[in-house]
Amino acid sequence: MSHHLVRLEDVHFGYPDGTPALRGVSFELHHGESVGLVGANGAGKSTLLLHLAGVLFPSSGRVRVGDWPVTPETLGHVRQTLGLVFQDPDDQLFMPTVADDVAFGPLNLGLPAEEVSARVGGALERVGAAGLSSRPPYRLSGGEKRAAAIASVLAMAPDVLVMDEPSAGLDPAARRRLIGLLRSFEHTKIVATHDLDLVLDVCARTVVLREGRVAADGPTAGIFGDSELLEACHLEKPLRLQGCPRCGG
Amino acid sequence: MTRADGITAALSHLGRFDELAGANTPIARVDPRAKLVTTAAFLVTVASFGRLEVSALLPLGAYPLVLLALGDVPLGPIVWRMALVSPFAVLVGAFEPFLDRQPLGSLGPIVVTAGWASFASILLRFALSVSAALLLVATTGLDAAAAALAWFKVPKVLVVQLLFLYRYLFVLSEEVARSLRAHALRSPNHPSPRIRVAGSMLGQVLLRTLERAQRIHVAMACRGFAGQVRLRRPLRARLSDIAFVACWCTYFALCRVSNLPRLLGTAVFGVAG
Repeated sequence: MSHHLVRLEDVHFGYPDGTPALRGVSFELHHGESVGLVGANGAGKSTLLLHLAGVLFPSSGRVRVGDWPVTPETLGHVRQTLGLVFQDPDDQLFMPTVADDVAFGPLNLGLPAEEVSARVGGALERVGAAGLSSRPPYRLSGGEKRAAAIASVLAMAPDVLVMDEPSAGLDPAARRRLIGLLRSFEHTKIVATHDLDLVLDVCARTVVLREGRVAADGPTAGIFGDSELLEACHLEKPLRLQGCPRCGG
Repeated sequence: MTRADGITAALSHLGRFDELAGANTPIARVDPRAKLVTTAAFLVTVASFGRLEVSALLPLGAYPLVLLALGDVPLGPIVWRMALVSPFAVLVGAFEPFLDRQPLGSLGPIVVTAGWASFASILLRFALSVSAALLLVATTGLDAAAAALAWFKVPKVLVVQLLFLYRYLFVLSEEVARSLRAHALRSPNHPSPRIRVAGSMLGQVLLRTLERAQRIHVAMACRGFAGQVRLRRPLRARLSDIAFVACWCTYFALCRVSNLPRLLGTAVFGVAG
């Protein structure tokens, strides 16, 4: 296996209506890294994630996940290596019960029933949702749905965990629990989000996208300290790094 | 209750069927293939009776009643769904009493004509068939029923269509409920959309539903879905499942070849019913 787990080389992509979404994105992700993917609306974050999961393919350039180039022929391997948690958990949860939903991926991998059962139990335990296993997903709260959606991906035992706006729609307590959960994962992670405070807590490295290009790539602390860069990319410093509104300190 | 709330409530009731199927009841434990075969045999038996037959059909009611009782299925949702589709059966049979006035017998002072007997037979057959089909889904779950269909070599494309149809029913209904709610909040004096607004709303709902359906499909593909239905509890036929099919099919055959209520009447009262 190569020492980098995800690699994008000069990836270009435009939507059928002619809108260019990615204009030469390149970066590498190494084992165990946690990377925040940030940028304004329309910067290309979600499009990039869909390329990693092999939902979209570049018009030019190459994407590689683990030992596999992302092509229509390698999708089975790619999707076993990389798990994508969607922005809206309702898109991801479609089975009658949470346990059925978490079992969906492992069953499609053709695993035996005992292994599926162990993975379902383990994944739900991992996200603190063991008590939800027999509940129908549409009756869960936002935080519970998010946990179930993450469990449904964890059950496939991916090497890379990719998340699109994981804290969207969560109340502060659920968001805090999510941050704790993400920090506890030993997986290689890519987190696309507008929640820069979450990136500060979870990701040591940050990639900033601007109009389909990588505007910056480096340690999170350094990037979030660069006010000019953030402003040019329509971002703001995380609240924690902003001065106190009362004393200005 | 607004229309949007009504749709949300209906969705919740629809989802209730999935919950029932997941319950640990004697009927839910029966292999889905056994229930599918038995229900198919039941439907064929019901459909095979003559158009004027009423009393001979009555003993067949035992099958849905047993599913209802042993499957721990509440009566309300089943009756409600039967009522929803009943206008079709009523319409089909409503003209029978007027078209066929030939007297068949009498119930006390009331003369029963062939038309009325035919109407009653249509309603009874409707009630038996629809309740059995609903109970099959309520005690099996659509996923397991689809897996059973796939096992019987029903073309994969049909089985997957059936599953998607069921799943997207929720997606479509949620989008409609959201749009109706948004409309009602900005149109307090006319909670029901007017025809011009309804047209554009329907178009928007359709487009959003298609987008959402695509996202769900992508989410399924990302977790390895390639068109095959797989179950957490694999299909495994036991001796009790075979006995379930055998006993019920024997009973259906018995109901078909002999009129059990008439036999009972003869045995107890010494007169033919």
